[in-house]
Amino acid sequence: MGLIFSFFTVVALGVIVFIGVKAADMRYLFGVIIPYAAFFAFLIGIIYRILQWARVPVPFRIPTTAGQGKSFPWIKQNTIDNPFTSIGVIIRMTLEVLLFRSLFRNTRAELRDGPKLSYGSTKWLWLGGLAFHYAFLIILIRHLRFFLEPVPLPIEIVEALDGFFQVGAPVLYITNLIFLGAVTFLFLRRVVIPQVRYISLAADYFPLFLIGAIGVTGVLMRYFLKTDVVGIKELTMGLITFSPVIPQTIGTIFYIHLFLVSALFAYFPMSKLMHMAGVFLSPTRNLANNNRAVMHVNPWNYPVKAHTYDEYEDEFRNVMKEAGLPVEKE
Amino acid sequence: MNFNDLLKNRKPAIIKKWFHATADTYPSNASNFIKSQADCFHNPVGYTLAEGVEGLFDGLLRDDANSERFFPYLNDIIKIKAVQDFSPSNAISFIFLLKPIIREEIAKETNGKNFSDELLSFESEIDGLALLSFDIYMKCRERIYEIKTEEVKRMTFGLLKRANLICDIRDQEPENGSESVLTQKIEG
Amino acid sequence: MANPKPEELARIEYKPPKTGWMDTPAEIRKGMFCHAGKSKSLEYVGLPNPRQWTVMEEDWKLPENWQEIFIEGLRERVNKFRSFRLFLDICVRCGACADKCHFYIGGGDPKNMPVLRAELLRSVYRKYCTTSGKIMGKIAGARELTVDVLKEIWYYAYQCTECRRCSLFCPYGIDTAEITILARELLNLLGLNIDWIAGPVANCYRTGNHLGLQPHTIKDTFDMFADDLETFTGIRVNPTFNRKGAEILVVVPSGDFFADPGTYTTMGELLLFHELGLDYTWSTYASEGGDFGFFTSNEMAKRLHSKIYAEAKRLKVKWILGGECGHMWRVWHQYHNTWFGPMDFLEEPVSPITGTKFENAKSNKTVHICEFTSDLIKNGKLNLDKSRNDDLVVTFHDSCNTSRGMGFLEEPRYIINNVCNKFYEMPPNTIREQTFCCGSGSGLNASENMEIRLRGGLPRANAVKHVVQKYGVNMLSCICAIDRAALTASVDYWVPGTRVTGVHEMVGNALVMKGEKKRTTNLRGDPLPGMEGE
Repeated sequence: MGLIFSFFTVVALGVIVFIGVKAADMRYLFGVIIPYAAFFAFLIGIIYRILQWARVPVPFRIPTTAGQGKSFPWIKQNTIDNPFTSIGVIIRMTLEVLLFRSLFRNTRAELRDGPKLSYGSTKWLWLGGLAFHYAFLIILIRHLRFFLEPVPLPIEIVEALDGFFQVGAPVLYITNLIFLGAVTFLFLRRVVIPQVRYISLAADYFPLFLIGAIGVTGVLMRYFLKTDVVGIKELTMGLITFSPVIPQTIGTIFYIHLFLVSALFAYFPMSKLMHMAGVFLSPTRNLANNNRAVMHVNPWNYPVKAHTYDEYEDEFRNVMKEAGLPVEKE
Repeated sequence: MNFNDLLKNRKPAIIKKWFHATADTYPSNASNFIKSQADCFHNPVGYTLAEGVEGLFDGLLRDDANSERFFPYLNDIIKIKAVQDFSPSNAISFIFLLKPIIREEIAKETNGKNFSDELLSFESEIDGLALLSFDIYMKCRERIYEIKTEEVKRMTFGLLKRANLICDIRDQEPENGSESVLTQKIEG
Repeated sequence: MANPKPEELARIEYKPPKTGWMDTPAEIRKGMFCHAGKSKSLEYVGLPNPRQWTVMEEDWKLPENWQEIFIEGLRERVNKFRSFRLFLDICVRCGACADKCHFYIGGGDPKNMPVLRAELLRSVYRKYCTTSGKIMGKIAGARELTVDVLKEIWYYAYQCTECRRCSLFCPYGIDTAEITILARELLNLLGLNIDWIAGPVANCYRTGNHLGLQPHTIKDTFDMFADDLETFTGIRVNPTFNRKGAEILVVVPSGDFFADPGTYTTMGELLLFHELGLDYTWSTYASEGGDFGFFTSNEMAKRLHSKIYAEAKRLKVKWILGGECGHMWRVWHQYHNTWFGPMDFLEEPVSPITGTKFENAKSNKTVHICEFTSDLIKNGKLNLDKSRNDDLVVTFHDSCNTSRGMGFLEEPRYIINNVCNKFYEMPPNTIREQTFCCGSGSGLNASENMEIRLRGGLPRANAVKHVVQKYGVNMLSCICAIDRAALTASVDYWVPGTRVTGVHEMVGNALVMKGEKKRTTNLRGDPLPGMEGE
C-alpha cells in the first residue's frame, strides 16, 4: 500500500506541473513562488527540527562502545571505537558520517561456511548507501553552477572530473549513472528482501520515488529533451538575486524537475531524511566513554525517595544484633 | 540405473528443495533470512537445517542406515523447532516434505522404468524418521521442563538448606500453578 | 474434508504474515512472557496501579484514563531524553539491525527485528506527537494506541534484553535498549510489569538485595562459604560486615550469594581478599550490585542504588569495589556518576597492594574487580598455579553490558590467561563488542519464559558448540551473574555437558595461598586434576 501510494503521489506531482504549465501557463507559480516557498520551508524546518532536538537534554552519557575502553597503560585502548577524549569522538563521528563506519562493520571478519555472496548483502547496503550519498553530494555541487556567475573553479574541476570519460554530447556525468543505479538498488532491496519489505512504510518509498524522479527528469532534460540551459540559468540567477524572471524558452520538463526538487525540500524537515542532521546528535556515538573519570551532569536530576539505613536497621535491628552485626542504635 | 543411484544423481536438487521447503515453514520474512545460510554463527537455524537435511538424506541413501546415524541431525533440527512456535505436528512435518520431492525428482528420470517397490520401501524409511522425530521432540520438551526445575533448584538450594533463616514464602494465589521462591512475600 | 498435506500442516499455525505488521495483532503465547507483577510488590515501592492481574486474561485492569497517562508520559519523556526523541525520529528502516537480534535469529518472529520492535512504539509516537502523523495517519506510519497495541508493546518490550547489539550496527547509533528502557518506564505508569522484575525490586528496596536476604541470612551464607573454604584450603576467611572505617566497600550481585555457580565466584573473591589482607567490608544494607530498578524506570534504578553511596558514606570507606556482573556495570559505569556525583566523600581509588591509581575511575570511585585483579597479576602480586585448572578447557563469553556499555574486553581475558592453561576464543563475530546475549538479560531470566530464553540463547550456544567440537571446551566463563544462571540453563539444552563459571572462581582455584594445606579439590568440591584418587 505504501509503495503504490508513494508512486502515485510522485506521478501526481509531475502531472500537476505538466497541466499547470502547459494548460494554465502558471510558470510564475512553479518557477518562482513554489521554489521560494519550498526553500524557506526547508531552511526554517531544518533549523526548527535541530533546535527541537538540541533543546532536549542528554541526561546520561550512553555511548555504544565498540572496542577496548581506556584502562591501564598496558592495555591497548581502541581510541576510535571507544573514545575517551573529544578528539577520539571527533574521529569516530567523522568516520561515521563520511564513511558509514557502523554499516561497514557488518562485513568484518566472519567465519564463512557457504556461498560468499549471500552474506555480502550487508556490504552491498554500505556500498549502495555510500554511492547514493556521495553521488547526490557531487550532483548538488555541480548544480551550484546555476547559482554562481562566474562559475568558480572548484565547480568546474568537479564537473571536469565527473565527465572524465568524455562520452556523448553533452558529456555524460558518471555520478548521474551512479546516482540512478544507487537509487534503483536501494529501492529494489526494499522490495525484494522480505524483512526490509515488511518494515517499509510509505515514508520510505516516497522519498525514494521522489529522488528517483528528480534524477530521471534531470537526465531527460540534459541528454534527451535538451531544454534551454541559458534560459534556466537566467531563471536561477533571478531567483538567487531576488529579481525573478521567467524566460519563455524553458521546456515543461524543467518545471517538473524544479517542482519535484521543491517538493523534496519542503518534505525534508518533516521526514526521516532528517537523519542527515540527527546523526550528529546521536548520544550513542557522539559522547566519550569516560563516565567514571568525568562526571556527566543531568540537568533534570532530582532527589529520589530511598530506603534509608535507619529504616533498614529499625526493621532488622534484632536479627542484626543476634547475628553479631554492628548497629548504630542499641 | 538403480533407484539409489538415481537418488544420488538427483541429490543436489533434492536436498535443495527439501531445505527450501523446510525453511518455507517459517514466515516469509524469516524464511528468507534462514535460507541465506552463509555464516553458521550468524544464522544458526539456517545452518542447522541445511546441514541436517543433507545428513539425513545421505543417511537414507545408505544400506546400513540405523537410527543412530540419523539421531544427531534430527536432534539438532528438532531441538530448535521445539523452542519455536511450532505445534508438535508442525515441528516434525518437515520429514514428510521429502516424499513429494522424491516423487517429483524420480518422475523426471524414470524413463519408463517402474520403481514403485523401491519408492515404497524408501518412503517407509522416511516414516521411520518421522517416528524417531516424535521421540526426539518429546525428549526435547521434557528437557525444557527439567531445565526449568533444575534452575529453580540451583537458585534456591543454598536457601532451602537454611530455609528457617529467610523471609517466609507465603504468597498470593500462584499464577498458572507455577511459582518460584524468588517472588516471596513483602510484608508492608 | 480431505486430510491436510504435510506442507499445509506445517503452515497451519505459523503462516506467513500476509497482512502488514500494523494489522497483525500480537498473539500472546505461553513460554514467551513472564508472569505479571504482583500488587504487593508494586505497593511496597509505590509504583502506580497495583492490582492482581494475569497476562492471559482479556482484562488487564488498566486505569480508566490509561491512554492519557501513556501519551502524557511519552510526551514528557521525548522532552527529557534526547536519545529517545532522536531515535524515534531518525530511523530510515534500512534493515541493518534486522538480523542482529538474538531473538530474531533464534526465533524468526518479525517483531523481534530491532527496527520493528522500536516501530511498535514509534507508530504511537507519530500519531500523538508529530504533525504529519496526526494528519496523515497510517500513511505516515502512525497508529492509534488501542488496548491491543498496548499489549503488543508490553509483550515485545519484555522480549528485548537491552543488549545493544543492534545499536552497534546502526548507522545512526539507534539503541533499541534505550527505547525498551523507556517503553518499560511508560508501561510501569500503568502498572504493567513482570513479577520477575517487580518482585526483586521490592525485595531490594526493603532488604538491600533482589532475593530478600535479611542481614543475618547474608552473614550466615558467608559463614557457610567460610566453612567450605576451610575444608578446601585449610584457611579460615573472616569477612566483615557493615564495618566502619574499612578502606574498601565491596558490592557484588546478590545472585552470587545464593545461586550456583555464582556462589563459587564469591568464594574465589573471598580467598583473594583474604590472601591480600585487604581492609574491606561487605554491607548487608547495600548487598546488591545489580539493579532490577534499571529494568523498571530510571527513577527506580536510582532509588535502589542510592543505598550503595549512602552506605559508603556511613561506613566512611575510601572507595568501592564492584563484583562480576553485566547490567550492574552498565549502571555503575554509565549512570552512577550522573545520579550520585560528585562523590567528594570518597577518595580516588588506589590499589592498596600495588599502589596503582585507577585513573579511569577517578571521579566516581568505583573499580571493577577484574581491573583490580588484573593489576595485581600484572604487578606479580599473586602466586598462581595454573595447572589446578587443567581439567578446564575454557572459553569466554563477553557480557553485553560490559562490552558494549564499557568496552571491558581485555581485563578479564588477561586474568583468564593467567589462571588457566587452556583458553580458546569463540568465533570473532560472536565475541567482544559483537557478543551475543545469553538470551535472558534485563530481568527476563524467569523460568516461565524458558522457551524464548532458549531461542534467544541459541546464537550464543551455537558458538559455544563450535568451540566444544573444535577444542573440547568444557567451561564457559563469564563476568556476569545473570550469565552464570542463564547460560547454565541454555548450554544445558543446546550443548549438554558444558558448565559455566565466573572468572574469580578460577582465580580462587589457581591462587596459591600462604599457609594453605595441599589442595585436593576445587571450590566446587570436585577433585583437582591429578588428585582424582585422593
